[in-house]
Amino acid sequence: MKFLPLVWANLMRHKRRTVLTTASVALALFLFASLRSVVTTLRANGEVGSESRMIVQSAKAITFFLPRSYDERLLAVPGVQAVSWALWFNGVYRDPKDFFAQFAVDPESYLDVYAGDYSLPPDQRAAFVRERTACIVGKRLMDKFGWRLGQNITLRGTIFQGDWTLTIRGVYREVDPIFSEDALHFHYEMVYERYPRWVQPGWYVLKLENPSLAPQVASFVDSVFKNSSDPTKTGTERAFNASFVTMWGNVSFLMNSIGMAVVFAILLVAANSMMLSARERISEVGVLKTVGFGDWLLFRLVMVEAGAIALGGAVLGLGAAKALFRPTGFSAMGFLPGFDVTAGTLGLGFGIAVLLALASGLVPALNAARLNAVQALRHVE
Amino acid sequence: MKIPLIYNIRSLLRRPVSTLMTAVGVALVVGVFIAMLALANGFKMALARTGSPDNVLVLRKGADSELASGIVRDNAAIIAALPEIATGADARPLVSPEVFVPVDLEAAGGGGDRLVVARGVTKQAFEVRRNIRIVAGRPFTPGRDEVVIGTAIASLLAHSGVGDTIHFGGRGWLVAGHFASGGSAFESEVWGENEQLMPVLRGEVYQVVAFRLKSPELFDRARRTLEDDPRLQVDAHRESEFYASQSAVLKIILNFLAVFITGIMAIGAVFGAVNTMYAAVASRTDEIAVLLTLGFPPRSVLASFLAESAFLALVGGLLGCLVALPINGVVTSTTNWSSFSQLAFQFMVTPAILARGLAFALVMGIVGGYFPARRAARIPVVQAIR
Repeated sequence: MKFLPLVWANLMRHKRRTVLTTASVALALFLFASLRSVVTTLRANGEVGSESRMIVQSAKAITFFLPRSYDERLLAVPGVQAVSWALWFNGVYRDPKDFFAQFAVDPESYLDVYAGDYSLPPDQRAAFVRERTACIVGKRLMDKFGWRLGQNITLRGTIFQGDWTLTIRGVYREVDPIFSEDALHFHYEMVYERYPRWVQPGWYVLKLENPSLAPQVASFVDSVFKNSSDPTKTGTERAFNASFVTMWGNVSFLMNSIGMAVVFAILLVAANSMMLSARERISEVGVLKTVGFGDWLLFRLVMVEAGAIALGGAVLGLGAAKALFRPTGFSAMGFLPGFDVTAGTLGLGFGIAVLLALASGLVPALNAARLNAVQALRHVE
Repeated sequence: MKIPLIYNIRSLLRRPVSTLMTAVGVALVVGVFIAMLALANGFKMALARTGSPDNVLVLRKGADSELASGIVRDNAAIIAALPEIATGADARPLVSPEVFVPVDLEAAGGGGDRLVVARGVTKQAFEVRRNIRIVAGRPFTPGRDEVVIGTAIASLLAHSGVGDTIHFGGRGWLVAGHFASGGSAFESEVWGENEQLMPVLRGEVYQVVAFRLKSPELFDRARRTLEDDPRLQVDAHRESEFYASQSAVLKIILNFLAVFITGIMAIGAVFGAVNTMYAAVASRTDEIAVLLTLGFPPRSVLASFLAESAFLALVGGLLGCLVALPINGVVTSTTNWSSFSQLAFQFMVTPAILARGLAFALVMGIVGGYFPARRAARIPVVQAIR
């Protein structure tokens, strides 16, 4: 411990070099944390959703409607407690860049099936259910556009042609990310009324009495509709969400390989700097040995110096990533909701810093320990 | 009076480990930079090549993608009667009414299902849409349950070989052949006859009507005629502009990634170069003093050290180009969210991208070398020689 001032003095001798090396370690770990968080966020978003709810979609593809008449037949399936349905609306508010999710739902049954995953004041719920042109909006979305309760907003339909004016009657908070705060929900009936010959539910949501019934319910439902003109594909809500995540393709592989390249590049930079420092101090180490510093102590001094730079950089870089993304609500334009640096990523980042300290400090430290004092002193002029 | 470059090269070779580490650091940054640009480029080319300026796409009013559109048969006939439409060799108008439906297809290697575009076309489509060539097998036979598959997506799907049977829409379809389209997004699609696809998929509606103009300048006139026709309720888009706009979101994401990732990496690498060059200057103080005493002006010393740093970075840049080259042609795929379906495309490394990588390395070298070089040029001779 008493040698800490010596380590500090060594670090401060080349202030610029220390600062630059620490900064490059910090940048590397910031980038590493950002890239890995893309992967973990995608993975986490694939694990959203309940095992006790199932989604029934068209077997042709998610973009096909299912007949409205399936409602009662699904409710009759053993193990199914409640049924609701929804439709992906895909309207444009102001500009296509202001994208957010809009679901046309059957208000009463939908809010029941998702009970517990959101919080909405009872009076707002009643107002939403009562009024055909009402909608409820997530808190984050409200804040993003600065909307007020009671305000009218107009969406331009892309699939469902025309202008659609909705009145905000409720603001909900999400309890479970499945009921995202970045979304808007309004009445299915409103869309249906305008296009009665065409519009049907995009998918059905089933609430099961018991999650363990999922496999039976899935095969039962699919067998019932197998030979109809609209066969179904039934799976748990979690599997349904996971299928959207896999649609991104091999993003994870891309992010991981870039992350590795970054870490390796900076490792070289930092190791190089440490070795430069060591080379310049050969004569100094000779002096220290002459005045009685042991090999082991010198080894540790150099290692502590390397560790200080690596860990300092890690704290800065990982701290910046943690502080930057979550509090600012970064979500990559809504594609990565809940973007956050996980504890696992932070742990891995610090692991890399320790490895970096070992890799960059080991050679100079060993050299310092092994150095022959007589030879080293020859460097002193 | 210039200091010969060989002095710098020999100096670099005298500290091989440090030189190599710095160069490899730069190489990795340049490698990632090139890979990111190649990815964005491949994606852009896939969509840019999909459209040509003398083709027009007609979609339902307000539809922002082919997926969201719908055009009934009668209206397709009205559109086909437009006088601005070019005629083919057989004197028939070059019009292609098409069904556009994403369907779930089994992925190769048991990776679950993939949403892939099934496009229902007539024979005319092979002439209206550009560059479509059958590269294996034969075209589908009208009146039969047959399809042709784009080469890019074929490798990602199960049962997609010529002669195999793929399943969608509750039916099996014989794969009659594979087609290529010069790297465009059509290569990520499955094409069948629209009279066969319509009944099993979306009913008696087309999603898009594509036609060839007699000449590209006629676009505005054709558009006005179509959009003013009260029976139709459609929007007309120039094909090239339409497909470019379909990639807008992903292009923003890719460009952001390229700038964000390589920007941060570059700063790290510049710091590395700064450290290396400062150390080089410090350990060669005597040498520099001798150079200055011999009569080399400070500006030559500055130029010499800048050249040394730039050379070091350039070696790194070349190394980076070599590292990044093998990814050229690697096929990757993602979802084009506006069509909601898989889009397969290649990493495309072009000479222009390699040149940008080298220029990037050079900039890193010069930026990283400037301050150390200035320090070298300002060394006080008398003190240094002591």
